[in-house]
Amino acid sequence: MFKKILIANRGEIACRVIKTARRMGIKTVAVYSDADAQAMHVEMADEAVHIGPPQAAQSYLLIDKIVEACKATGAEAVHPGYGFLSEREAFPVALAKEGIVFIGPNPRAIAAMGDKIESKKAAAAAKVSTVPGHLGEIGSPAEAVKIAEQIGYPVMIKASAGGGGKGMRIAYSRKECEEGFALARSEAKSSFGDDRVFIEKFIENPRHIEIQVLGDKHGNVIYLGERECSIQRRNQKVIEEAPSPLLDEKTRKLMGEQAVALAKAVGYDSAGTVEFVAGQDRSFFFLEMNTRLQVEHPVTEMVTGIDLVEQMIRVAAGEKLALKQKDVKLEGWAVESRIYAEDPFRNFLPSIGRLTRYVPPAEGVVHGGTIRNDTGVAEGGEISMFYDPMIAKLVTHAPTRIGAIDLQAQALDAFYIDGIQHNIPFLTALMQHERWREGRLSTGFIAEEYPNGFAPPAADGYGLGILASVAASIDHLNNTRRRHITQQMDGQPFSFAKRRVVRIGARDVHLEVTGGGDGPIKVAKVNGDGAIGTPIEVVSTWWPGQPVWTGTVGGEEVSVQVRPVLNGVHLSYRGAAADIRVYTEAEATLVSLMPEKVAADTSKLLLCPMPGLVKAIHVQAGQEVKAGDALAVVEAMKMENVLRAERDGTVKKINAKAGDSLAVDAVILEFA
Amino acid sequence: MRNVLEELERRRDIARLGGGEARIAAQHKRGKLTARERIELLMDEGSFEEFDMYVEHRSTDFGMEKTKFPGDGVVTGWGTINGRVVYVFAKDFTVFGGSLSEAHAKKITKIQDMALQNRAPIIGLFDAGGARIQEGVAALGGYGEVFLRNVLASGVIPQISVIMGPCAGGDVYSPAMTDFIFMVKDTSYMFVTGPDVVKTVTNETVTAEELGGAKVHTTKSSIADRAYENDVETLLQMRRLMDFLPSNNKSGVPLLPTKDVPDRIEMSLDTLIPANPNQPYDIKELILKVVDEGDFFEIQDQFAKNIVTGFARMEGRTVGIVANQPMVLAGVLDSDASRKAARFVRFCDCFEIPIITFVDVPGFLPGTAQEYGGLIKHGAKLLFAYSEATVPKITVITRKAYGGAYDVMSSKHIRGDVNYAWPSAEIAVMGAKGAAEILYRAELGDPEKIKARIDEYQARFANPFVAAERGYIDEVIMPHGTRRRICRALNMLRNKQAQNPWKKHDNIPL
Repeated sequence: MFKKILIANRGEIACRVIKTARRMGIKTVAVYSDADAQAMHVEMADEAVHIGPPQAAQSYLLIDKIVEACKATGAEAVHPGYGFLSEREAFPVALAKEGIVFIGPNPRAIAAMGDKIESKKAAAAAKVSTVPGHLGEIGSPAEAVKIAEQIGYPVMIKASAGGGGKGMRIAYSRKECEEGFALARSEAKSSFGDDRVFIEKFIENPRHIEIQVLGDKHGNVIYLGERECSIQRRNQKVIEEAPSPLLDEKTRKLMGEQAVALAKAVGYDSAGTVEFVAGQDRSFFFLEMNTRLQVEHPVTEMVTGIDLVEQMIRVAAGEKLALKQKDVKLEGWAVESRIYAEDPFRNFLPSIGRLTRYVPPAEGVVHGGTIRNDTGVAEGGEISMFYDPMIAKLVTHAPTRIGAIDLQAQALDAFYIDGIQHNIPFLTALMQHERWREGRLSTGFIAEEYPNGFAPPAADGYGLGILASVAASIDHLNNTRRRHITQQMDGQPFSFAKRRVVRIGARDVHLEVTGGGDGPIKVAKVNGDGAIGTPIEVVSTWWPGQPVWTGTVGGEEVSVQVRPVLNGVHLSYRGAAADIRVYTEAEATLVSLMPEKVAADTSKLLLCPMPGLVKAIHVQAGQEVKAGDALAVVEAMKMENVLRAERDGTVKKINAKAGDSLAVDAVILEFA
Repeated sequence: MRNVLEELERRRDIARLGGGEARIAAQHKRGKLTARERIELLMDEGSFEEFDMYVEHRSTDFGMEKTKFPGDGVVTGWGTINGRVVYVFAKDFTVFGGSLSEAHAKKITKIQDMALQNRAPIIGLFDAGGARIQEGVAALGGYGEVFLRNVLASGVIPQISVIMGPCAGGDVYSPAMTDFIFMVKDTSYMFVTGPDVVKTVTNETVTAEELGGAKVHTTKSSIADRAYENDVETLLQMRRLMDFLPSNNKSGVPLLPTKDVPDRIEMSLDTLIPANPNQPYDIKELILKVVDEGDFFEIQDQFAKNIVTGFARMEGRTVGIVANQPMVLAGVLDSDASRKAARFVRFCDCFEIPIITFVDVPGFLPGTAQEYGGLIKHGAKLLFAYSEATVPKITVITRKAYGGAYDVMSSKHIRGDVNYAWPSAEIAVMGAKGAAEILYRAELGDPEKIKARIDEYQARFANPFVAAERGYIDEVIMPHGTRRRICRALNMLRNKQAQNPWKKHDNIPL
């Protein structure tokens, strides 16, 4: 076994590999760019080597630098993680020249399967059914359109070297095909350093199901069941689960055996993933093979109990697979949410900055399930514009699918992040979504269920009751302790009214709040006729300043996130969030007399939706534009975002130019 | 007896109606509450006791004897805020537009006298049209009496002014001499002369809002310390503020029980200072993570944002926080920032509130605008205020402490009691680049040589140890333990005794 390995990656996956290596008694070497000097993977590793400036193309993507780092530290093997160099054929070749072992498949397998065009040819040769498409390289937009029209719209334009939705575009028309081709190419170039793209038929209403395979250098290959990753947003996976609610035992076996056959045909000798598109009728087509550890591998680990990184290291060291196919048993259900630094309320645009607060839920066994959080950041860490916006992968495992989903919802409630915008509100809301809970999925799920983007669900019914009870108990706690402030006048201590009006948005909940001090706080609903309902107990050890209120409301365990606002609290629970103020009845009456204030009108402005770099301004002052016209391109997090006119109008003034670095809400241009 | 009781109730009811229901409705329509509604929000429920409810003016000119309202346009009295005694007067806009008469002024001065004698804070709620013209010089005399009492009480009891409607002419000077002024957005304005007079004299056309609205006074003139959205929000915040303030200059700060432990560790503070010395960071993150429960009442949050001032608590006891803000103008000291912080430091010193200073200051702002604007004397105000302050003073240098600004920011030399530095601190005459370029002017033509000189200077002086070697820094501390250190230091200083030489008063460079 290796004594020391280097991890040619960053973020959560570097940390995750280090954890397993450490458990196996293997020393670890991290590499880092300037932007990651204080990153968690650098802290965790036994040694760390600086490899260049923040841009991945000048650091994490430089094979020479990694090889140099190996030689300098005496690392015998390299784990590439995912992304970056993980599927570059040249990387294991370069390592092999220096006698360094690549913890991944052999270069021939990468060549055969890593490239999406080559892999389709290989799959076709192995008689695996594939989706109709054009496997050759495409040189120009005109050629792209020609091919697209042969296949028939809609088509998907994808980076040959890509993955994870980067450099991928779907086109429903000639115009979109031309635009998508250019964008896919330029994104492919900036993300992967390889601008080749290909086109294939886009299958509607598909489900994304993939098979985890594991091979060794002795010709053994097994499959570790499937993962379903149908919950995607613009082809970027958001939620993954294992097993898939679609598959039956028969289909699982069929897919698994096909995946194994394919892997064997190319001499695959590591962990890999064979991706399929599945129809609702359980038909499936080979999509591509990822010759690396997948982001979503933890769900497989949770249901199989197998540490995939450990297996990768062992087979790379030449060990035979200790597992036979019959040893692989799927137990329970696992759900993974990807926590991204992106703003769900602004069309999921990337958000960067310092994590001023980062409090993940406690890991381990809870309520008969397990919570696991794979992360590469800690409070005080920085989400930079240079890398993938994923902050963490929150995984829950329980005996049943609903159990895993409910535990996921609970864990998300307690996941507290400040300093950047993130998609937890969206994920939490998803966990409540009936269609998701019933497992009626397709890759179009998010687009279909949230056609106008995501708006936070209004608290109602049960959720409203929880928010009101917690807000009232926080208010009660504050009132009670203020009775103990010093310098009070002698005589009778002051008192405060029991009747409270909890104002959540435009809704009022009338409550009577009693108890507290050493005993539980009791909250009772006051009905319209003044009758008081049965009080419920609200119990918590929460104290002001703590980010998450954890306790019981009427015996139910809940976690509610608390952020102070002027004269109140901002609470969030199960995706619903609101500024809440608790008034006395007298105060509430007076509040009603206060005028509504109108927010400033920004409809005449094009605001920069995220911090980023202006790549192009497509219009000039005085120009008339139609709704949908491209106005400007802003690049952030390696993604080029085209900003389009929301309505017809005339451009009055342009305030930014290509090359400008803009802050969020900076005015790019003004309309007349 | 019964008749007498009924008569009392009848007279009370009339008095409580102020200018009558129509005027109350008009007040509400403007988005404003009445004087009594405001007091009800400000005080503990049922604690307000009104004085002088039946006072009426005695003017006989211009037919005034025919229009009289009990209370005469101002509601005065006392009550409690979270059990602590507070005196209050609230202008009643529904009666003569809240205008000040001789009798009206007497009601206010009576309350002012009681507050001073009994050493409890006083809060004035302003919503009035100035002097009652019909009373002429008697009203002016009344103003003078109020002003005098503001001055006598200054530094003895906290005086708070809340502007909740018009406040013009003679009415503005009483708030101006109190400790803090708060305003309500869109419904309040303050100016010495209104838009009409301005038009006549200077031919400028401005609205009342443009001339003296909450935005102007919180961002431009710095007359107001904060502004809030509406009456309710404002008054509830005044309750919050009063929990921070001592009752008087001898009472010491109030103690609010907390479960936030003094030895709370904040690991993320270790990465607060960016690797690049020119990259800003938000000093408020440090403040919020160090103080009790992240509860910080900022004063002048919209003005001279390059310095942050406000109240917080450590182990339940009020402290004043002064901090350079690297996010704005790199945290530089300019005239506005110096004046803002100086006034805050002096308030804290008056009322025995310990001062915690977080330092990251690149120096004073250069330029003609600053020099012509009197930077020397404005900067001196802050230096003066820190120097004369005898309350416990704790200083934490997080990054830059350059030049004269280092001395100003509660340094050891001006009686800083405990001066800490983070390992990232650089206490130096100036930044390495500037220093090397002056010291080695002859080598300026050679970029390589000068770079070596900069690196040399950086290595020698860009750390806390040069200062620590001389005892200018008491200890270099880990950022994550800042709260624990400050709490310990405050406890150690609890019985601090320090006095300035006897003087009638000092002569701060105003």
